[in-house]
Amino acid sequence: MGDVILKVEGITKTFPGVTALDDVSFDIRSGEVHALVGENGAGKSTLMKVLAGLHKPDAGEIIYQGAPTQVAGPLDARRKGILLIHQELSLSPELSVAENIYLGAWPTNRFGVLKKRELRRHAASALDALGCGFGPDTRVGTLSVAMQQMVEIARAEAFNANVVIFDEPTASLTDTEKDQLFQTIRGLKARGVGIVYISHKMNEIFDITDRITVLRDGQVQGTVDTAETDLNQVTRMMIGRTLDTYFIRAKAEFGAEVLRVEGLSKAGVFRDVGFSVREGEVLGLYGLVGAGRSEVVETVFGVRKADSGKLYWKGGEIALPSPRQSIDMGMALVPESRKEQGLVLMMGGRENTSLPHLGLFSSVSIMNRPKELAVFEKYRSALSIKTTGPDQAVSQLSGGNQQKFVLAKWLCADPKLIILDEPTRGIDVGSKSAIHELIADLAQKGLAVIVISSEMPEVLGVSHRVLAMSEGAIVAEFEGDAMTEENLIDAVSHHRDDAAA
Amino acid sequence: MGQTINGLLRRHGLALAFLVFLGVVALNADAFLSPGNILDVLRQVSITGMMALGVTFVVLTGRLDLSIGSLLTLLTVIVVDQHNIAGPFPAIVMTLLAGLAVGAFNGVLVGFVGLNALIVTLAMLSFLQGLVLLYSGGSNVNVANAQETWFAVFGRGDFLGLPVPVILFLVGAVIAGVVLQFTTFGRRVYGVGGNETASVFSGIDARWTVFWTYVVSGFTTGVAAVIMGSRVMGAQNTIGQGYELTVLAGVILGGTSLLGGSGSIWRTVIGISMLGFIQNGLLLLGFPYYVQWLVTWAVIIIAVWIDLGAKRGRIFA
Repeated sequence: MGDVILKVEGITKTFPGVTALDDVSFDIRSGEVHALVGENGAGKSTLMKVLAGLHKPDAGEIIYQGAPTQVAGPLDARRKGILLIHQELSLSPELSVAENIYLGAWPTNRFGVLKKRELRRHAASALDALGCGFGPDTRVGTLSVAMQQMVEIARAEAFNANVVIFDEPTASLTDTEKDQLFQTIRGLKARGVGIVYISHKMNEIFDITDRITVLRDGQVQGTVDTAETDLNQVTRMMIGRTLDTYFIRAKAEFGAEVLRVEGLSKAGVFRDVGFSVREGEVLGLYGLVGAGRSEVVETVFGVRKADSGKLYWKGGEIALPSPRQSIDMGMALVPESRKEQGLVLMMGGRENTSLPHLGLFSSVSIMNRPKELAVFEKYRSALSIKTTGPDQAVSQLSGGNQQKFVLAKWLCADPKLIILDEPTRGIDVGSKSAIHELIADLAQKGLAVIVISSEMPEVLGVSHRVLAMSEGAIVAEFEGDAMTEENLIDAVSHHRDDAAA
Repeated sequence: MGQTINGLLRRHGLALAFLVFLGVVALNADAFLSPGNILDVLRQVSITGMMALGVTFVVLTGRLDLSIGSLLTLLTVIVVDQHNIAGPFPAIVMTLLAGLAVGAFNGVLVGFVGLNALIVTLAMLSFLQGLVLLYSGGSNVNVANAQETWFAVFGRGDFLGLPVPVILFLVGAVIAGVVLQFTTFGRRVYGVGGNETASVFSGIDARWTVFWTYVVSGFTTGVAAVIMGSRVMGAQNTIGQGYELTVLAGVILGGTSLLGGSGSIWRTVIGISMLGFIQNGLLLLGFPYYVQWLVTWAVIIIAVWIDLGAKRGRIFA
């Protein structure tokens, strides 16, 4: 590890009502990978946005290459050699790879005309340095997510970055793609680049980083050498307590079948999908992103249409329902994306909770506000949701608290079947284990539960039975002792090989 | 102290500017704050206001209704013409039904077919203007027995010292406000406007919700046409021209967001009333009547700018 290349000292940043960063200091050395971890709302993203010039701190200093520095904006940061690689990629799909690498900083002659040849040459050499398998003229929209990420990383080469900040870079990568990314990160590190790595995935943190800085409630809890710490210590620093039982599984006492799906197909999306789930059972659905998991459950719930297939609800065949019919039958879907599909962000917790059940919360179409408030208060305390009141816009809440309102809005109508699509994605460790406990609790109360997750330990930890999905089909089913990571990986990857052969 | 003034300006800048404007006009035109003039303005506002009540529903879902200018013309022509042919009561029923029908047609195209609301209602604006001329053959119509008919009550009558159109507007506003704040339909409107996808995932049929908002808008324009016909006792072929933008300006001046999901009826009542007083004040200051088009422009740009600026926390893009 080399010298300190970037140092922040005493950074404080407040937003109306919250102190996002409170006297934060930490440093990045050249040639190190420095993890930044913390629960949601701990201040990681704010800190990164300060470094990238997206937020102006209220107090404190950024010392870059030994001198106090003002970062005026993302482009200024990039020119200075500080590059932020966002969770959501910031590329223009219609432009070429070369144009994207230099987005906003295109070389032009004095008449403002783009110097195309120079642009291509520089971009090509940046891509070569990374060993990318595509050229500078490729349209970015045709690349996979992993390749698009490489385009962003190519900016590090192109701008000769000294500091590269990765924000949840593996969120939508396959394992192979993740390995390639780690190789690239090690390459950058060997060239003396200082790397900040933000992630919720602890195994990655311990895999790739040299030091770990833990943030909690906007304050630095400490910086430790990765080699000299363990998961337990880091978790304790993050949440202020230890998590000894990470997963709790409900007792395996099953009742009658609640839902059975047979031969569900949609051209190009999924084919011949069949499964069933019983009262008190937690059914896991594992697969990589793009395997068709969400599409299947969204079709069962009724927000998507199928070409063919049969549905049985409590033993009787039913037509593919509309979302309204599903809800009225007792089905609930906690969708994959809570901000786009789960919540009306400008509404408060009260209105979000009653939204799927307006009929239950009204008589002759007049809303029953006292009932809404009572249910809101019930779930606010039952799920310990942190909010200032029933009408505080949920956009102002942390990811974990938002997700709890998504759960509240479904639980309040006593569903018979609850489908949870990536219920813990992007939320903090504390809320995660609260949701795991809740899943076990619901099953114990006799609900049928379907859990979709791309985190293997999670899906194995909470389920009684796991289905493996790959490329639109269910390829294997595991129960009891057969539920192991190896078996799941085998099922998903063998199928891929078969499909390729 | 400096900060409180700054905050006050930012939060209530428009309201303060309006109060300053009221003061300037009142100092220069004695008649401005006289009860007679205020009632005149309110009478004027009752027509645009009635239309704005329905448009508020549409805008809350994040959509637009620009067809209402020509619709007002068409319905006013119908109510006056049918008054002469079939009598006042059938004329009013036919007018309201025609308003509902046009609203339903817009609602199907936007809600169920999924066409862009701006295009659908702008095309309807053109279509209905053509329909007006087809219907009337290009001639203006007048109520034949203007001195005798009870039809005059809607535009010219008084009740307990208040003009009947103003009472109609206020009653309409209370009903619309109750529907939006206290009914399941109102909640669906806010839900679809705030996040359509999440609403669909919550079992709300966004297509029907959008459809009904256009029906409401068609209906309120029908009521406005009855008031208009009764007040003027006749209908020119261009009587509603430009009303679509005046109404939209009033709605967004009140602070209802064009992006959908946020706004309310009382905001619309305030916005459309402010607009009425601004236009009246300018006339009293001696500006020609057509300055109102310029005012509409300024109000739309400023109000939308403020809305967007507040959302992204910056004045410029």
